Amino acid sequence: MQATVSIQREDFSVADEIEALTRGRADIGAVVTFTGLCRDEGGRLSALELEHYPGMAEEELGRLCAAAQERWPLQGLTVIHRHGAMRPGESIVLVVAASAHRRDAFEAASFLMDYLKTKAPFWKREHLSDGTTGGWVEAAAADDAAAERWV
Amino acid sequence: MMKLVYFAWVRERIGKPEEEVEPPPDVATVADLVAWLKGRGEEYAHAFENEGVVRAAVDRVHAKPAASIAGAREVAFFPPMTGG
Repeated sequence: MQATVSIQREDFSVADEIEALTRGRADIGAVVTFTGLCRDEGGRLSALELEHYPGMAEEELGRLCAAAQERWPLQGLTVIHRHGAMRPGESIVLVVAASAHRRDAFEAASFLMDYLKTKAPFWKREHLSDGTTGGWVEAAAADDAAAERWV
Repeated sequence: MMKLVYFAWVRERIGKPEEEVEPPPDVATVADLVAWLKGRGEEYAHAFENEGVVRAAVDRVHAKPAASIAGAREVAFFPPMTGG
C-alpha cells in the first residue's frame, strides 16, 4: 500500500480524502481521520503562517508514513499538510488511516500526528488581531513527550 | 561547495534563506560546521547562541551534532519544529 503525502497551499476536503481511500474497497473496516485546525487563541490571533522546508517536508512525512505502515497493518494512509497563511477555523493538517479493524487505524493516526509535530519541518508564526506580526510559535515539551511514548 | 539553508527565526537572524559555502577540511561534523559559522559574524553567533536549540538536517534527513557532513550537498538549520 502506497501512502499519499501532500504538502499544499490549498485547503482540503476530509470527505473527498476518505472517499479516495475507500472507493471500490470491501476490505476496509475502519477509517480514522484527524484534522488540525487554526485556533484564534481567545481572539489574540488573526492568522497563522506556516513555513516549511520544501523537499524535506515531503520526504520526512513519507518516512513517518513508512514507519506507521511497518507498525500497523494499514490499507490506506493519507497525510496532507498545508503551508502559507491560515485564518482561525481553517484546516492545517489531515491524517487519514484505513485498516481492517479500528485499533490499528486509531493508533496509526495518533502515532503519525505525534511524530509529525516533532519531526516534520514546519514552523508556525503568529499574526495578531491588532494587525502586527507576532513571534514564532515555540515547540511544546508536551509534544516531545507525546512522540516518546511510541518508542 | 555546500549549500546551507535556513528556516524560521534561524533564517531571520542570519538574514538570508540560503548560501553556498566552502568550509575548511577540518569541519567534519554538524557541530564543527556550527562552530565555524559562529566565527563568521554576529548574525551567525546570534542564530546559534543557545547550543542545542537549533536543529539540523543533512541532505534533508534529521542529523545530530555529531553527524558527519562529508559529501553533504545540503545542510539545513532550523528551530524545533511546530507543524501540525
